[in-house]
Amino acid sequence: MISTNSFRKFKPIIFLAIIAPSFVWLFQLINSSLGVNPIEKLMDNLGEMGLRLIIATLIISSLSEFKKLRFLVDIRRMIGLFAFFYVACHFLTYIALDHFFDISFIIKDIIKRPFITFGFLSFVLLIPLALTSPKKMLKKLGYKVWKKIHYLIYPAALLSSVHFFMLVRANKIEPAIYIFIILALLLYRFYFKVIVPRLVQ
Amino acid sequence: MKILSSEITPYKTYLNRRKFIKSSVAAGVFIGASTGLQASHLDNDNLFENQLDENDSLNTYADITTYNNFYEFGMGKTDPSENSGNFKAKPWSISLEGLINNPQVLDLEKILNKVSIEDRVYRLRCVEAWSMVIPWQGFPLSEIIKIADPLSSAKFIQFVTVFRPEEMPGQKRRLLPWPYVEGLRMDEAMHPLTILSTGLYGHDLLNQSGAPIRLVVPWKYGFKSIKSITTIKFVDKQPDATWSMLAPNEYGFYSNVNNSVDHPRWSQATERRIGEFKRRKTLMFNGYEEEVSHMYEGMDLKKYY
Repeated sequence: MISTNSFRKFKPIIFLAIIAPSFVWLFQLINSSLGVNPIEKLMDNLGEMGLRLIIATLIISSLSEFKKLRFLVDIRRMIGLFAFFYVACHFLTYIALDHFFDISFIIKDIIKRPFITFGFLSFVLLIPLALTSPKKMLKKLGYKVWKKIHYLIYPAALLSSVHFFMLVRANKIEPAIYIFIILALLLYRFYFKVIVPRLVQ
Repeated sequence: MKILSSEITPYKTYLNRRKFIKSSVAAGVFIGASTGLQASHLDNDNLFENQLDENDSLNTYADITTYNNFYEFGMGKTDPSENSGNFKAKPWSISLEGLINNPQVLDLEKILNKVSIEDRVYRLRCVEAWSMVIPWQGFPLSEIIKIADPLSSAKFIQFVTVFRPEEMPGQKRRLLPWPYVEGLRMDEAMHPLTILSTGLYGHDLLNQSGAPIRLVVPWKYGFKSIKSITTIKFVDKQPDATWSMLAPNEYGFYSNVNNSVDHPRWSQATERRIGEFKRRKTLMFNGYEEEVSHMYEGMDLKKYY
């Protein structure tokens, strides 16, 4: 069995593995080796990475229910923060590079286009999660309140995967897989948190 | 396609000509003068510059040939250039069918003997809100229509892309209902801006660009410009077109570039010109309004998008 302590040794490696792509893409952007339409490519890469990391935190939450895998919870905070980092970069790329701070257009875009609305809402929902991620905040808020706030990850995950699904023109397989995983994990959690306790009573 | 290799300036020479020259003639209008010219511009340095609009510069050959939407070779932008190596564009023939006096299967070589290849520098505006400027070589579609000699009952033309799953890996999956089909109204098909292209930058079309012969309709979104055409069918009713069948609320039959009719999921008011940082305002009919708007007079373009 892997102990939390021995797992901690891997943390720096995981940290580097997750942060590395952002440096690679930044380098490629400067180096203009990000393809023919670099801004679109960068935005896609960042958004996809953000969504994958969001899903990774959900998977970790479910897996860590098993005692033998409890150690995994130790890296959830880090992965969650990285998810926020990538989603925030994705959003910033949209504002700064894609539309060059054309704020009135961006506001209209967010209101008018459901897929952008969903993506934006997802980003907004992630903000309180990022803000309350430090251990201090957990203590301050108390576990129950903190936990409730962090259930926001589910609507955020659903919104961002639907955002992805609506954005693509024909290749909807990848976003469909993400939506399926999120719904399956949500159902799994719901079953064990809500249904099972009632059955036991 | 022997015409292209020997008679045309290599594209490196074209690159040297990438200057902005204020032209008194709009890109589209120029064609009136150039009809009938052979594409031998070794001794005619200004041919391209004259066709290039003031605010445009040519996209590079590399950009044009590595950023493609051609789902027959995969859905990613680089898939067509990476996965089209096994496609055989020679020999090629086109079947002329439907409501015409001269139905026949024509060898491409024969077609090319009957037409003269011209240069056409066109903006290409993708429905996904990016655009390029491309120096095509080709000939007016009307030349083929003349050969076919349509009956008066022929009101539309349908085009069909080749179906060869063994050579086009994307066709092994049902990404789209194959084969890809597109259509034009007869007056659009006869319009002098509408060409069948066989080359760009003086090279034969590469497989990813729709070799050996493709449609180019510069005032419509790119997906109307169907690639690797095998069948041209003359019909009396508005024919099926792949994207507009698949998602009629997103892609209309006409699909004219229109900055005031947004795609349901994104704005068409602006576009990213490949190679540029800031977005450009999208021009009505992709900047060919003067030449083509008369065909749509009295039509509600919000309804017939």
